[in-house]
Amino acid sequence: MLGKLSWAAIPFDQPIPMIASLMVMLTISAVLVLVTWKGWWHYLWSEWITSVDHKRIGVMYVLLALVMLVRGFIDAIMMRSQLALAAGGAQGYLPPEHYNQIFSAHGTIMIFFVAMTFMVGLMNFVVPLQLGIRDVAFPVLNSVSFWLTAAGVLLVNMSLVIGEFARTGWLVYPPLSELAYSPGVGVDYYLWALQISGVGTLLSGINLTTTILKLRAPGMGYMKMPIFCWTALASNLLIVAAFPILTATFAMLLLDRYLGFHFFTNEAGGNAMMYINLIWAWGHPEVYILILPAFGVFSEVIATFSGKPLFGYRSMVIATMAICVLSFMVWLHHFFTMGAGADINGFFGIMTMIIAVPTGVKVFNWLFTLYGGRLRFDAPVYWALGFMVTFVVGGMTGVLLAIPPADFVLHNSLFLVAHFHNVIIGGVLFGAFAGYTFWFPKAFGFKLDERIGKAIFWCWFIGFYLAFMPLYMLGLMGATRRMQHYDVAGWQPLMLVALLGAIIILAGIVLTGVQLVVSIRTREQRRDLTGDPWDGRTLEWSTSSPPPAWNFAILPSVSGIDAHWEAKANHKSSVQDGPDPKSIAVPRNSPIGFVLAFFAVITGFALIWHIWWMAIAGLMGVLMTVLAHAWRVEDEVEYPVGGEMPRAVI
Amino acid sequence: MSDVADSYWRTGVLDPQGPVGAAQNTILLNATTIMLAVIIPVIVLTLGFAWWFRHNNARARYMPDWSYSGRIELIVWSIPAMVVLFLGGIAWVGSHDLDPSKQIASSAAPLNVQVVSLDWKWLFIYPELGVASVNSLAVPAGVPIRFQLTSATVMNSFFVPQLGSQIYTMEGMTTRLNLLADKPGKYPGLSAQFSGEGFSDMRFVVDAMPQQSFDQWIADTRSGGGDLDKASYLQLARPSSAVASSTFGQVEQNLFNDIVNSNNPVSGTPLTGHHSAPSPSDGT
Repeated sequence: MLGKLSWAAIPFDQPIPMIASLMVMLTISAVLVLVTWKGWWHYLWSEWITSVDHKRIGVMYVLLALVMLVRGFIDAIMMRSQLALAAGGAQGYLPPEHYNQIFSAHGTIMIFFVAMTFMVGLMNFVVPLQLGIRDVAFPVLNSVSFWLTAAGVLLVNMSLVIGEFARTGWLVYPPLSELAYSPGVGVDYYLWALQISGVGTLLSGINLTTTILKLRAPGMGYMKMPIFCWTALASNLLIVAAFPILTATFAMLLLDRYLGFHFFTNEAGGNAMMYINLIWAWGHPEVYILILPAFGVFSEVIATFSGKPLFGYRSMVIATMAICVLSFMVWLHHFFTMGAGADINGFFGIMTMIIAVPTGVKVFNWLFTLYGGRLRFDAPVYWALGFMVTFVVGGMTGVLLAIPPADFVLHNSLFLVAHFHNVIIGGVLFGAFAGYTFWFPKAFGFKLDERIGKAIFWCWFIGFYLAFMPLYMLGLMGATRRMQHYDVAGWQPLMLVALLGAIIILAGIVLTGVQLVVSIRTREQRRDLTGDPWDGRTLEWSTSSPPPAWNFAILPSVSGIDAHWEAKANHKSSVQDGPDPKSIAVPRNSPIGFVLAFFAVITGFALIWHIWWMAIAGLMGVLMTVLAHAWRVEDEVEYPVGGEMPRAVI
Repeated sequence: MSDVADSYWRTGVLDPQGPVGAAQNTILLNATTIMLAVIIPVIVLTLGFAWWFRHNNARARYMPDWSYSGRIELIVWSIPAMVVLFLGGIAWVGSHDLDPSKQIASSAAPLNVQVVSLDWKWLFIYPELGVASVNSLAVPAGVPIRFQLTSATVMNSFFVPQLGSQIYTMEGMTTRLNLLADKPGKYPGLSAQFSGEGFSDMRFVVDAMPQQSFDQWIADTRSGGGDLDKASYLQLARPSSAVASSTFGQVEQNLFNDIVNSNNPVSGTPLTGHHSAPSPSDGT
């Protein structure tokens, strides 16, 4: 009746997972009780859960990313404290079977549900506003994408309470992830969670690509698009091209695990290296999916706060698109140590370095954007400067790893771990926080607390260096990744420094919560009444903060890259001319995303535990939901302009 | 004091004890130096420009419309392109010179060693000498070692940081690696590819010794007994971790090839290790 599911799935005998599960359940219950007590259910349902407004969906993505950042960080600090203890003969406090789940969950969560989710959220919120349009191309699909991502998040977190997570590393390399070596449900949780959220990501990629290609404000040719929209276009093209590879690869592993196929098994002619090739054919573009929007954020932030246009816009566009194409030609550098031969290794090494050229061009262009500017040191600028200083170091170690003979001694070491944290924290995460601080007033109508914002930056900046510079050294000293303990007592001092760094980052994460609370409480003093709190350059700053549901009553007409800046320079009050229309039709709210995600969770959970009747029921639910949506009568709703406007006001 | 500090940092990859590791060390240092020559100025200029062009610096020239300069664009594309051209050369030449399968030139005749990664220990077979060892690899110093490597379980990576290049071990496949230890000494080795519960203890020691001592070690190992045939191999292949090193005085002919081919449906003889063995730590 319940497949593999039994009471044994709940880790009653293990205190740490049990406490973690209890805390998760207590937090969720507390939120549910609070919402019920305050009577917020109607508001949440009608204004957020069923909303198809790209701004609301963007905000929910970012919120989800922040929540998962906490979860992923708890994993991180457990790993750091384990390694600070487990030196010499000591075993630390986390046994291998638990430790292995933690590092697998940390990687999975941080990439898919923090970095990815944060970036998709920013793009969702910003791109239609910068393009000067009312919504994305497919607003309902956008809601479906978000809720499918949330479904994946829920499944990953359920593994904490019921069963286990993968113990195989964040990319579940076979043959370790095959049934012969991982018979538990951990890998299945991983695969189904990512299959479901992967569909959401792919749909979101299609949606934003279509939006950028087809729906720009009148007059906005490609070479007049804000640079963030270019990076978003490149990123979403990569999603459309790369995520099907991921889905197909996981589908093959699922066939191996569920139906006895032999794509990647040790037996019957399976070849695990095929999986490793395929997963990196997705995986390398994935890192550019994450970093390109961050590059876009920094371009906007540096230009805005310098009070001058981005230097070398055309170069930036070419560099962005070059990275987009080249990112598909470098995947083999993730396994030079496979023994492929000198020509192949040499080729992929050089291709990898070639990507450093457009990336280097971007850094120089930011440098010359600063040159001749009037730089205002608001919090987003801290993140941007911190990024420029940190990212070039990560780029350097990346090029080192791209030299095959150097990689032969650095591969899979803590040096590698330090490298990708250097580019993902120093690049993607700094970009996410820069964007969060920069566009927060646009989303909510008031600025975040500036002093706490800078303190958050310093925590991350100092914490990053303390946590990861020791790992570079340890990697060179011969320490490999994913070890649960080590016998060299001499490594312990560096591990302790790394733990200290993680604790400082923890302070930054706590302060993010404090900043939110303080800023909301004092929001009346920090209101942005102009819609343009930073003296911005692009169209999102030409509408009110927060914007009305329809963004622009009249679509702006655009004649240059920095449309809003030019309008201000020409003393036009607004880029919108002509009288407002009497009423505007916007897409009607739809519960389909939420309902689909509900059935997706049911189906995923059933498949993980082999509860076949429930899987069929879940799939039927998905089908019925889609059919019900197809037979809808109305999908737009009229709002009178100047009347009660639905705004995301707190 | 500086000696102590120096010996603390100079371990592992930074303390090469053979020609492969030494060459890789040189590449690491050269490439880092070349890149630092660009990166340090970039960092200094970033902070310098940001500070000088701060909004309240009246002496800085504000150029609100300046956004293009063909000359600067040319330089901006040229600098990284030239660095990459140079490093690309290093990468191409280095990949060929230090290809793991390339034999090391030496007057001494090479020694063949076959490596099998098991759950969770290393088996080293000396095919010409007819002996084998677990989690300890004795080699003569100054003699090129030609490794053939495979896995009887999941993927692992054979790595001795002080000797240089690592290489994957993969079930059903054979990889090749050539290393040499210049001097006698004990060099720690490990698996650098996560392979499950016992991974952290999947360590071994390379014991490089003078030729005479090595010959003595072979003689001792032969007389020390232990017979590695299919039956005892299957016993050894069962999952176990933190295994103490041991030796076998006699090894069945062709054992390595049989392990490589064991799951090949055409030529393979059944030689199942892990799959039939119940693993105490598996399950939910």
